[in-house]
Amino acid sequence: MTGREVEDLLRALTPQVLGVLVRRHGQFSACEDAVQEALLAAATRWPGQGVPENPRAWLLTVAGRRLTDEWRSERARRDREVVVALREPAYAAVAPPADEDRSDSDDSLTLLLLCCHPALPRSAQLALTLRAVGGLTTAQIARAFLVPEATMSQRIRRAKQRVEAAGARFVMPSPAERDERLRTVLHVLYLIFNEGYTASSGTELHRAELTGEAIRLTRQLRRALPDDGEVAGLLALMLLTDAHRAARTGPGGELVPLAEQDRDRWDRAAIAEGVALVTEALTWSPPGPYQLQAAIAAVHAEAPTAPQTDWPQIIALYRVLATLAPNPMVTLNQAAAVAMVDGPRAGLALLAPLDGDDRVAGHHRLAAVRAHLLELAGEPAAAREAYLLAARRTTSRPEQRYLELRAARLGDGR
Amino acid sequence: MKYMLLIWNRPGFVEGLSEQERTTIFGEVDEIMKELTESGELVGGQALADPSQTRTVRCRGEHPEVTDGPFLESKEQFAGYLMVDCDSEERAVEIAARWPDVRLGFGVLEVRPVMDEAGTEM
Repeated sequence: MTGREVEDLLRALTPQVLGVLVRRHGQFSACEDAVQEALLAAATRWPGQGVPENPRAWLLTVAGRRLTDEWRSERARRDREVVVALREPAYAAVAPPADEDRSDSDDSLTLLLLCCHPALPRSAQLALTLRAVGGLTTAQIARAFLVPEATMSQRIRRAKQRVEAAGARFVMPSPAERDERLRTVLHVLYLIFNEGYTASSGTELHRAELTGEAIRLTRQLRRALPDDGEVAGLLALMLLTDAHRAARTGPGGELVPLAEQDRDRWDRAAIAEGVALVTEALTWSPPGPYQLQAAIAAVHAEAPTAPQTDWPQIIALYRVLATLAPNPMVTLNQAAAVAMVDGPRAGLALLAPLDGDDRVAGHHRLAAVRAHLLELAGEPAAAREAYLLAARRTTSRPEQRYLELRAARLGDGR
Repeated sequence: MKYMLLIWNRPGFVEGLSEQERTTIFGEVDEIMKELTESGELVGGQALADPSQTRTVRCRGEHPEVTDGPFLESKEQFAGYLMVDCDSEERAVEIAARWPDVRLGFGVLEVRPVMDEAGTEM
């Protein structure tokens, strides 16, 4: 096996091994550290010495041994300090009856729900998910988020402490809480995907890997919850969005808008899978925001050219989305779609009320869509101003570059 | 989201402080830095040498011209920065508000978002 194959195998095994350990021993934080050490040992040994016959058992044994060592030295330290142990020694604190027949998918799901615990800030949920479920090392996560390793290491340590302090246990939450938590999980996976959805290539390769990782984790989640339409919808949305990867940036790393992308460069296999997933899900599941966004992406994907896009269908889907999950960002996208059917003036009219909505009034996206519609309406001077406003507001370098270029194409104003 | 907290203060303000006041200020800075380190929000930070040590480089005709002293002639000078990675702008502002230069009125902090390489489809 190559180093890469070993890494893939290890990352697939991570939640399984961690799940078994936490169910056996409780102590999420200590188990998670032990699993990371076992993963490191395997990543060092396996590529050279070969993969053991039962890699999962090997990891369990090594991680289990680390845990015991840890507890022994902890115990010794406590004995030296003559601390009267009022509570039971750590290794006796066994979690609720270990039902070993539970499937690995269930363990991954329980772990995901634990990592997206409401006691954690969002950035900690992302980091902990990538490490405990994704099996990434702290160094890899730090690189992906462009922060020093010490920062990420501390963020993960704090996250684990908080999960434990919140009294979280490795069990499936009650149905009501589970649904709430699952929504957070989907959002976290979506954010991980977006973190990696970078427009520039080359220097940002590490970040791009987050996209693939988000897709892998969502696939894993779908195996645990095949009957959840929103999980299928999120996976479809990711696949359909990621299918544009090769086409969405030009040779100089510049952003290419959807309408101008070379559709021959779209990943047809990813599109086929995404379209099939969302089409199928919508036949049995109540529609949810991810399914609808995926359905919209599917309509775009199926248009042979940008002008052949089925805009009325997209508008209809946005209308359902706006009723289901009212959000000014949805109105924004809806306005852009309406402009393609009823003309730019109709789109601009839909944008007007958003100026009074604090959630979006100062957002670069509002200015960018308005700029585009003004350009279509034949108002280059106003369009230019709006593009420049959007360029000043965005905190994304590729977006800023794109918006400044659009403004420049409309004349320099001199 | 990463934010750069730019610290602007009056050079030499420390000279007018008692030893006790100085100790308090350093203690406050240490405490904030410790908190940001433990929470995993601190990305980095540096303090800059006194503005009198600055060399300003600008273009004069075809050649760069180097002069002594800072570019901006203002009462407050750029003294250093903190880089934090936190979940909201409110949090970044909250950190800035606790910085002693702000709290004691020796200077101001600017909170500025750092540009990201990620972008969404347009």
